This record gives sequence, structure tokens and C-alpha cells, in this order.
Amino acid sequence: MADAGEIRSYTMNFGPQHPAAHGVLRLVMEMEGETIIRIDPHIGLLHRGTEKLAESKPFNHSIGYMDRLDYVSMMCNEHAYVRAIEQLVGIEPPVRAQWIRTLFDEVTRILNHLMWIGSNALDLGAMAVFLYAFREREELMDCYEAVSGTRMHATYYRPGGVYRDLPAKMIQYKESPWHKGKDLKRMNAWREGSMLDFLDAFAADFQHKVDEYEELLTDNRIWKQRTVDIGIVSPEQAYALGMTGPMLRASGIEWDLRKKQPYAKYAEVDFEIPVGTHGDCYDRYLVRVNEMRQSALIIRQCVDWLKKNPGPVMIENYKVAPPKREDMKESMEALIHWFKLFTEGFSVPAGETYAAVEAPKGEFGCYMISDGANKPFRVHLRAPGFAHLSSINETTKGHMLPDVVAMIGTYDLVFGEVDR
Amino acid sequence: MNYMNLTSDPLIFGLTLGYVLAIAVPLIIAVAMYVWWERKVIGWMHVRMGPNQIGPFGLVQAFADVVKLLIKEIIVPTNANRFLYFTAPLLSVIPALAVWAVVPFNQGLVLSDANAGVLYLLAMTSLGVYGIILAGWSSNSRYALLGAMRSAAQMISYEICMGMALVCVLVLAGSLNFTSIVDAQVGHQGLFDWFWLPLLPMFFVFYISGVAETNRLPFDVAEGESEIVAGFHVEYSGSVFALFFLAEYANLILAAFMVSLLFLGGWLSPFQGWHLGWLSISGWWWLFAKFFILATSYVWLRATFPRYRYDQIMRLGWKVFIPISILWIFVAGILKYFHLVPMGL
Repeated sequence: MADAGEIRSYTMNFGPQHPAAHGVLRLVMEMEGETIIRIDPHIGLLHRGTEKLAESKPFNHSIGYMDRLDYVSMMCNEHAYVRAIEQLVGIEPPVRAQWIRTLFDEVTRILNHLMWIGSNALDLGAMAVFLYAFREREELMDCYEAVSGTRMHATYYRPGGVYRDLPAKMIQYKESPWHKGKDLKRMNAWREGSMLDFLDAFAADFQHKVDEYEELLTDNRIWKQRTVDIGIVSPEQAYALGMTGPMLRASGIEWDLRKKQPYAKYAEVDFEIPVGTHGDCYDRYLVRVNEMRQSALIIRQCVDWLKKNPGPVMIENYKVAPPKREDMKESMEALIHWFKLFTEGFSVPAGETYAAVEAPKGEFGCYMISDGANKPFRVHLRAPGFAHLSSINETTKGHMLPDVVAMIGTYDLVFGEVDR
Repeated sequence: MNYMNLTSDPLIFGLTLGYVLAIAVPLIIAVAMYVWWERKVIGWMHVRMGPNQIGPFGLVQAFADVVKLLIKEIIVPTNANRFLYFTAPLLSVIPALAVWAVVPFNQGLVLSDANAGVLYLLAMTSLGVYGIILAGWSSNSRYALLGAMRSAAQMISYEICMGMALVCVLVLAGSLNFTSIVDAQVGHQGLFDWFWLPLLPMFFVFYISGVAETNRLPFDVAEGESEIVAGFHVEYSGSVFALFFLAEYANLILAAFMVSLLFLGGWLSPFQGWHLGWLSISGWWWLFAKFFILATSYVWLRATFPRYRYDQIMRLGWKVFIPISILWIFVAGILKYFHLVPMGL
């Protein structure tokens, strides 16, 4: 074979325009045939300087930017940022607001995992799951819309609570040439009552929906061949590579901030943490699927509590929370508060803090330094996807090209948060 | 028909041309309708509607797509080998159409009732792989090259399984002529006279190999959109892409026809010999009904299955299908030698 000349590996460019690149991932792969020798992820194509933007604006102006980080788990990002502010100011949102946050963190988790299961399956060729998942996402998006007025970038969590209380009436489909009669009635069946009724019905039914996805994938031999023993991450590796969330738990480490450092009302709800054993793509799949089931259970518990306990959802500290609209018509004080809050924002005592939440993808944290002004001195966002992606060379070396696609799928990458 | 005088006798030439067009034009229309049906069925399976805008039920959608592809610009990549780049789609579409010369649609309804029909079919379908290899090679793209390499290896290994499955049928039927193969499945026991029963494993091997041969899910690694984008035809656009598309679907329709003819009794009624009135009468409609069910099952596979990895397909082909086929050739030989299967009437 020595006479055959030098056989060299070749490089291949994967992305940023590639159907499996999940946005703008660019991989430079060194390959021998279809086997990967080395992978070099290139990031930054979606960099928008969110941290710098946040440092140039009053504290309460940047919540909307957080939605746009991981744009499939919007409210969890808000939660981390809002918690950091609350810790610095030293305020605690009302109980009901904390329950609402717990509720919507879980709604968000399901939203994210639905996106993940759909795109992961689509990457491996199973088209149907993607569309089934989007059918359910549509319902939850409507809940986002019901509380915040927008389907994705909600800006619903505010320092000191949430923007407004849950709507008493769920939005309904209107009659149209495409949806009428029986069809319309079926679509609106859960939407007769309040949003909480709707979420309760959804969460009760959701286990069957997860069964549908699992029927297509879990015992499917092709699916197993494509995911079992692919991209194995040992527990030691998972620690060393800074993995969090399902990536860590699939390797067998039971670490979940919702249990270990409970925030909002997670200490009061009953749920389990699914943990894997092998740390391969299949385990990560199982962990996430079971997390969806657990989230549905948490949603039902939150709905239960919220139905029984009405109350304020925003603190009455008008330095950080806007006063009531009606009060402004009567009271000079309220008007001044309102004006100050929406022009200058509020000043935060000097100090530094780190607030993290268990976002669907892992630990999403916000490190914030305040010098006492109305703008943060420094904001650093810890995105789970960034740490995960940096491990891609270690996890996929020696695998084949289609396995890289499977691996990108289980990383659950969203470039909004990786590039920030 | 005297083939030697084909060009010298204008009447025979014209007649043959008419026959050819009578097969090719409906085939191309069938491809368009099949694409529409596929999109519609996948749509239903995906809780969406599928094409519904152009024409009634979106029926004209496929034709609109053809028109779109024809008027699109053909982009030739830099440093592509232009000659091979344009030859490749032709190499892939010509065999896909030519193969229909020996496919019978009913008793005696065939363009060329060649005695070596099965051999001709094998030869023609094997040629199709050249189009794919050359397309991948001449495109000057690594994605295309990877797709071509995958496709070449895959099609060649599954052709072996297919060939072996065919050998079983030939052993039982004792002929290479399609009409004789179907005639060998005539009997009094309805659908239990067909070859799918004595050759049951081969029926599945042939069916699955047909899917693999045509690069369809779960074997579509040659195109594997989420891995190598579109594989061998990633650099093709416009009408040259349309030719690949046409070839792929013509081959798919062919695969469904082959399964119907070789294993499911072709135009024979599934109730033959049971005296059920018109239900027991054999005719072309049975062939098309069988084709329709099989073709729809291909769509079903595509809607639900994940995609195999390339080496897993190879393993399935070489370590599972080929040993089974070799074994079953002996079984078929024994069945034939001891007259355990009735051969026709």
C-alpha cells in the first residue's frame, strides 16, 4: 500500500447553511471517508452582543433580549435575568407570581423539548414526529399569547412578579373557511373556560401525546440503531466538560437545580428527575421524553394551586413595579412613579450576584454586577448550549457523519444562546 | 415483429414509436400523480393537508412544479466536468424509461415480449447507478461525492439481493419472460397460488431491496437531506434536477410493478378459481390495484421511519438479506424439483 501514494484525510465544511445545522452552526470536519477525525465548531454567526446591550440599558429594558437568547425556551431565560435583579434589589415576588413562574417554566420546558424531539427525529429522518410535536407546541404558544400577547418573545416575567394575572378566558379559534362546524368545536373543546382549565386539559392529555411520539421512536429498531451507543459521555467527562441539564443527567448524575437549589415554588411541587445510565444519545432521548411527562405533572399541580389561591402577582413597591393605571389618573405620586420607572428605570444597590435556573437545555445563569446605577455594570449570561457545543470534538471523534447529526440533535442547540 | 427492418420500414418504425410513447407519456404523468399522491398521503399522516391550492385537491400541483423546474436556471458549479455533469441525468433517466419495454400490463399487453425480459430489466436498472456516480463525481462537491459513493455501494449490494430473489422466482417459473412468470402463478387457490407464499422471505427481501434500490426512506442515505443535504444531486437545479426526480419516481413505480408481477400474480385476480363472478376475472385492473397498494406503502414508510446509517444498511444487505436469499435459492430448487408448488394450470 505504500506505493499507492499518501492517503490524506480531507476537510469538509458543514453549515452554516445546512439542514441539520440548527441555525447557524458551522463545523469544519476533518474526515477519513465518512469517519470523523476532528471537528472544529465555529460559532458567532448569530452574535448580537446581548450582554453589552444589557449593560447599556436600564435593568428593566433588557428582559425582552433574554427571550431572544434561547428562542425556544423564552421564559426560562427571563427567569434567570429577573431573578438576578430581584436578588440584587432584595425583593421577593408574591407567592402567586412564583407559582405562575413555576407553571410557565414548565410550559416552556415542554415547548423546548417538543422542538427538540421534533428536530432530532427530523435529523434522523423521521418526519412525522416533527409535525406532531408542532401540533402541541401550537397549543402552548397560545398560552404564551394568552398571558403576554405574543407567541414567542413574551417579556412576561418582570422584576417583582409577572406582567399581569392569568386571563380568565382562554383565547378561542374563530370560524373561518378552513375551520368550521365540528372541526371548530373540537379545536375549541378545551378553550371554553379559563387558561388554567385549558392547561389542565392539555397537561392531562399530554401523556397520551408523548405516548404517540414514543410509539414512533422508542422501540423503533432503526431509531435505536441510530442512537444507542452514539456519543457516549461518561459522568467524569460530563463534569469536566461543564455539561448541565439533560446532557448531565443522561450520564447518570442526578443534578437538577429545581431540586438541588429550588427557586420559585419548585420545593413545593412533587416531581421526579429522570436519570440515564449510559450517557448515549438514546439515554438523552429517554431523559428528555420523561422530563416532558414530569413537566406535565408539575403543570397540573401548579394549575391546582393557582385555581384555589387568587392574589397579587406583582409587588407593590413602585420603585421597581409600575403602579396601577387607574391610580395614575388620581394620584400625583403614582404618575411620578410611572414616569420615572419607564424613563429612567430603577437603581439597583451596588453588588454582584449569580442567579441560575434549570432551563430546558441545562443551567442558564445570569451573573450581574451593579455599581448602584440604573444600568448593570456587567451582565454575563451562562448559556448551557455554549458549554455543550464546545464538547463536540470529544463526543463525536471516531463516529461517522450521520452520528454527528444525531449528536447535534441531542445537544439541543439553539444558536441564539450559544452566540448570544 | 421483424426488428431487423425497424428503420427500413417506416410503418413499423412509426408503430413502435407510437407504442413507446403510449408507455412513456402515461408513465411520466403517473410520476406526477404519484408525487401528488405521496405528498397528500404524507400530509394526512402528518396532520396537515398536503397540496390543496393548485387545481381541485391540488391535483395540478405536480405539473406546476414541473413547469417551475423547467423554467429555472441550470447552475453549473465551477470546475465541474460539464460533459459528465449533463450526461449523468440522462444516464439515470434513460434506463428508468427504457426498462418499461419489457413490463407487461396484461396478458399480451407488452411492448416487447422478450424471452430474456428479466435479464434486460436487471441490466437496465443496473445502468441507473452510473448516472448517480457520475453526477456525484462531476459536480465537484464533497457532499455530492459522498452521496454518490454511498449510493453506489448501496445499490450494488442490494442489486445482489434483488438478483438472488429474482433467481428464486425464475427457478419456480422456469422462464425469464414476465408473461410466463405471471402465467406460472395461475391456479385455483386464488392468491395462494402466487409466488409470495412459497417465497415469502424473498418477497420481503425483494420489497425492501426495491426501497433500497430507489434510495427511499429508510434507505435514503444517498440523499440524506440532514446529513449530506441532497447527496449526489445537491448541485443540480432546474430541468436537470427534474430528470433525476423523474428517474427516481419511475424506478419506484417500477419497483412496485415488479413486486406485483413477480410475487403477487400480476394481473391475476386474488380470487382466481373461486368462482366469485367478476371478482374472479383477471385483468389489468388487478395489476394496477396491487401497484397502488404497494406504492402507497412506500409512502407510508417514508412518512414514519427514521433513516438508517450507511454502514447499517450495508450490514443489513450483506449479513442478513444475501444469506437468506442464497438459502432460499436452495429451498426454491427443492420446491421445484419435488414439484411441491403447482406451476400454472
